[in-house]
Amino acid sequence: MKLRESPAFKVALSLSIATGLYGVSFGALAVASGFDFWQTMVLSLLLFSGGSQFAFIGVVAGGGSGVAAMTASALLGLRNGIYGMQINAMLRPGGWKRYVSAHVTIDESTATASGQSDPDEQRRGFWTAGIGIFILWNIFTAIGALAGDAMGDPKQWGLDGAAVAAFLALLWPRLKGREPWAIAAACALATILAVPFVPSGVPILVAAVVAGVIGWFSHARMDEGLEPDVDPYAEKHQRDRGDKK
Amino acid sequence: MNLWLWILIACALAYLTKLVGYFVPAKLLESPRIMHVAGTMTIGLLASLTVVNAVASGQGLVLDARIGALVAAAVALWLRAPFLVVVISGAAAAALLRLLGWS
Repeated sequence: MKLRESPAFKVALSLSIATGLYGVSFGALAVASGFDFWQTMVLSLLLFSGGSQFAFIGVVAGGGSGVAAMTASALLGLRNGIYGMQINAMLRPGGWKRYVSAHVTIDESTATASGQSDPDEQRRGFWTAGIGIFILWNIFTAIGALAGDAMGDPKQWGLDGAAVAAFLALLWPRLKGREPWAIAAACALATILAVPFVPSGVPILVAAVVAGVIGWFSHARMDEGLEPDVDPYAEKHQRDRGDKK
Repeated sequence: MNLWLWILIACALAYLTKLVGYFVPAKLLESPRIMHVAGTMTIGLLASLTVVNAVASGQGLVLDARIGALVAAAVALWLRAPFLVVVISGAAAAALLRLLGWS
């Protein structure tokens, strides 16, 4: 099959553009939070996991320590380990390819691959989304960081409001069903109660402990909150449903 | 300089977490409990980060223009706006409220 005719390739390409574009908001927010250009770029080049990157700069922006930022980012990245296992089972990359595919194992590439059933299509979807997003995410992070530098007072532009919106947008797709809402509410409440009593950044870790305990003792569906936060095939699903009518 | 150190540790941990999935036998990670904890923790951390960025100011809680950003973002998400539009709505709401004199 020609690459241009591959459904997974097309989906991965449009997802790469959409995801890469919001690297602008990461770059601008990082600089507004006091990170310099290269610190911002290293986060996008080497950490390369949107949620964890936003978590790192979000904790520092709120006055939290580097340790707290690192811990929040690492805990938020745990799901990538599960994605790695799923991709490994799906594509069985060998040799050096494993080390490259690990780096581009993120919500979007996992979602694109797992939405396909043909192994070749899964492979095309994973690599196109992974590498496409990596390239565009870094280009747009750089643009955002340079623009953020030129903007002056970040508050005047509402960039602190942009951070709030970014976290809510990362959370939103995972709030499917009653249990995720309950977990989110419990953790939000735990955070608010903790803020006056512990140093900045620590309330987020308190919430992580609450979430971990809930997860350990509850018996809901095991993949809750673990589906990647994007559904690259949403349009197709809607079409399929439409066809049935 | 200290911040650089934590950035690099965070990068190393992020990569190692991803890599673990490729090398640890699937049986070890496929425990329903571990998968469930990874899922609930993702939700809990994102909810907490949203709240901290919306109402915390150091060790105090304040209601300022960021609440407007939270509401605007929720409305945009409810209308199924794409990520970048949601972020811009949040920024615009906060900037607008400040322009109107609400810190």
